[in-house]
Amino acid sequence: MKPLLSIRNLHVSFNTYAGKVHAVRGIDLTVEKGETLAIVGESGSGKSVTSKAIMGLLPKQNALVEQGEILYEGRDLLSLNKKEMIKIRRSEIAVIFQDPMTALNPTMKVGKQVVEGAIGHQKLNKKEANNLAMDLFDMVGIPNPEIRIHQYPHEFSGGMRQRVVIAMALANKPKLLIADEPTTALDVTIQAQILDLLRDIQQKTGTSIIFITHDLGVVANIADAVAVMYAGQIVEKGKVEEVFHEPVHPYNWGLLNSMPNMETKGKLYSIPGSPPDLIHPPKGDAFAPRNEFALAIDYKQAPPTFHVSETHSAKTWLLHPQAPKINYKKVKGDLETELEVKLNHNDVLLKVSNLKKHFKLPSKQILKAVDGISLEIKKGETLGLVGESGCGKSTTGRTLIGLYEPTEGEILYNKVPLNETSKKEFSQKIQMIFQDPYASLDPRKKVEDIIAEGLDIHRLVKDKQERQKKVQTLLDAVGLQSDHAQRFPHEFSGGQRQRIGIARALAVEPELIIADEPISALDVSIQAQVVNLLKKLQKDRNLTYLFIAHDLSMVKYISDRIGVMYLGAMVEMASSDDLYKNPLHPYTQALLSAVPVPDPVVEKTRERIILEGNLPSPVNPPQGCQFRTRCPFATEKCAEIPQWREVEKDHWVACHYA
Amino acid sequence: MKKFILVRLTNILLTLFLIATLTFFLMKTLPGSPFDEEKLMNLSEELRMEFYAKYGLDEPIHIQYMKYIGGIVQGDLGLSYYYKEQPVSSLIMDRIGPSTLIGLQAVIIGLSIGIILGMVAAFKHNTTWDYFTMIIAVLGVSVPNFVLAAFLQFYVGLKWGLLPVAYWESYDHSLLPTIALSLGVVAQIARFMRNEMLEVLQQDYIITAQAKGLGDWIVLVRHAIRNAMIPIVTILGPVLVSLLTGSLVIENIFSIPGIGSLFVDAIKMNDYTTIMGLTLFYSAFFILAMLIVDILYGIIDPRIRVHGKET
Repeated sequence: MKPLLSIRNLHVSFNTYAGKVHAVRGIDLTVEKGETLAIVGESGSGKSVTSKAIMGLLPKQNALVEQGEILYEGRDLLSLNKKEMIKIRRSEIAVIFQDPMTALNPTMKVGKQVVEGAIGHQKLNKKEANNLAMDLFDMVGIPNPEIRIHQYPHEFSGGMRQRVVIAMALANKPKLLIADEPTTALDVTIQAQILDLLRDIQQKTGTSIIFITHDLGVVANIADAVAVMYAGQIVEKGKVEEVFHEPVHPYNWGLLNSMPNMETKGKLYSIPGSPPDLIHPPKGDAFAPRNEFALAIDYKQAPPTFHVSETHSAKTWLLHPQAPKINYKKVKGDLETELEVKLNHNDVLLKVSNLKKHFKLPSKQILKAVDGISLEIKKGETLGLVGESGCGKSTTGRTLIGLYEPTEGEILYNKVPLNETSKKEFSQKIQMIFQDPYASLDPRKKVEDIIAEGLDIHRLVKDKQERQKKVQTLLDAVGLQSDHAQRFPHEFSGGQRQRIGIARALAVEPELIIADEPISALDVSIQAQVVNLLKKLQKDRNLTYLFIAHDLSMVKYISDRIGVMYLGAMVEMASSDDLYKNPLHPYTQALLSAVPVPDPVVEKTRERIILEGNLPSPVNPPQGCQFRTRCPFATEKCAEIPQWREVEKDHWVACHYA
Repeated sequence: MKKFILVRLTNILLTLFLIATLTFFLMKTLPGSPFDEEKLMNLSEELRMEFYAKYGLDEPIHIQYMKYIGGIVQGDLGLSYYYKEQPVSSLIMDRIGPSTLIGLQAVIIGLSIGIILGMVAAFKHNTTWDYFTMIIAVLGVSVPNFVLAAFLQFYVGLKWGLLPVAYWESYDHSLLPTIALSLGVVAQIARFMRNEMLEVLQQDYIITAQAKGLGDWIVLVRHAIRNAMIPIVTILGPVLVSLLTGSLVIENIFSIPGIGSLFVDAIKMNDYTTIMGLTLFYSAFFILAMLIVDILYGIIDPRIRVHGKET
């Protein structure tokens, strides 16, 4: 059978002020009819550029397709003129973009946006167009389509908007659907809904899908075939089972190992270093400097593609007949043996009881961001806080550090109440690490001054020399070099910036660190580096962490105990092993089942609990148990507020039926 | 929506009342009067009192104030000190025609040319078109309109004899002042529109629209322009202000009997009642314009429409 799409030796470059960026450097790909091909890679690996090249949507001003061809049903898309390309986009290939919040025109009704392309193509009149819009909404699972098609994007939640975008892509029954990180901006429970929907649509329509993502769990869930991209090249491709179970490229090993699954213990594997600069691509294998198994030839000559089987191939000299054989499974095994000594935590460092934080909205309504949570953090432990966006986890963190004044409730730090008057004493002891390493560092300050700002404020250093010395020690502790002190934040990569942020937090020698999604803006291979660093620092400096995140497997890996939040309330709290093995609250169960695991066999066989609907508004939360509107087991009794009780030792839950 | 407009209208009345009060007392604290003090002194006591009584100047100040406010409510802005026996309100009405015509023309020309230039510049970003537009924009902002007016009068009016140089006799007479007044608007709008369009063309929904297989023109008209227009509505207020200050000068240069020149004359002649009346008139005009801008905002941007049904 002839493939639907095949890309041959595609090269794309961009002209920038800094020079020519070689974003895609010779890739070969095929997509079969009805197949889902996942392209995996970190930011800057060229995966989105590839998808834009297929669609002919590369920015005209500075992008250049240097060579190669993109054959769609035998026609080279790169040779088509504008009119023909518009025809292709209209009826053959459709695309779903990453961020549903920005992919829709805010000033046009969604129904019209969805069928706009179809009206011209299928020559529909107004009534037919309306019917088509309603059918499409029905297909993607948007309730009440007759009302919804007349609404504007801002009246939809993120998950619903993504459904609208999918409906829009399906309007002209495309043969190929390119989904560019379609679930990255969504919460896990919504992600599970959308993945389900895409699979369902594929079964019904038989369309092929190119699924671009950085999340190996999602790949395992949805893909038939996988292409792993690194530095503008495809380093490994094959069937999903081959790529996950018999990986041959060291980068792929690194990726698979650096993602903790629910059972990972010990030190997390991390790929050292960061991706190469594509303005001056390295001469040999681009991955060589980060490859612990690199051979001498890797630095001299780029490896050709070696075939492992008919479908499985990779670009690495390790597959050359003369190369040493490295057993991937052994590499993996080595990591797992390194066990960790658990500390005994007894002293309570922070005790929060019935904490509430309400915000008054301009409309005079009250947003109950945090509505009565209680927790304890013991000295030296890591408490993870998970929940979907809008559940109040970040507000909790910010209230604890004193950025917000609590509406109600008590915070005891070392048995001393934390309030407006005592805040100053604690500001040194509690520090925060922020999510976005790009926005949280002052771009006009040198790294040295960013790190030392806390030292100056709290007058912790006597003179310039001591200040400098302290900064050097901190840079060393977070794995940066001493000459980095004189540079500015924009000269660093995301991972390095997050290290600066950590050094800044550590400068005043805090006891408790509140880390608000510290790794979610980073690439997979960098995430593992930062998590390892956080763990090491905890051991060296006896730190206590409150780790706020939405990535359950990472939270499970780093935390001793985990609290699960839903709509401003804590629904369950237990030791992380306990919570994972024996989740009692239906929400925790759903959350755990929604997390994609990087193993195609597990992903394709397990039963998921798919939560219906969206998070209700915290302005007007359901009475009684907050979760009951989405809970599969809800009964009349759930209209009463469930008690927060300890069902087993150290296992707290708020559910009538747990 | 009804409630919104009601609240806004109440606010408007309150604002106007405060402005009226403020201008009244400001004018009272100013020294001098339109009447020649020396000559008045030469009049007999009786005649002088009669004269003061005619303009209501014989009463204590709080009575004068009450009468003034009472008059405003009935649409009476008092008698002009300078134009004999003429009520201020009819003075304004007599002269509003030319000003409105020039102002409206300037707004329409300024907006349409400005928007088109801005769009072309954005679409042909970093080309000759773009540079050309930006040169016009910089000139328009930096060349004062009275310089441009004189320039137009000399070349277009005198040297080439294409259009009348000054006075208000036919429609043609309105053209030069309109052009002189609108250049600033063109410049402001063009610059703004260009930036907005560049911003909007970068947005994901534009790429989405292209990916849907819509032609460039449809993407531009349906998806880009409306979104780029939203911020334009915001600067309509400041643009109107610049039109007003412009008209004060332009009407004088072209000897047009409009309210701009009336204002300037009134100031020259210490015609306090006319100054107060015009201040109030301009204030009312602007406040209403702002209300219209806000309503326009809601029409053009569904996100900030006032919701009645939600709660």
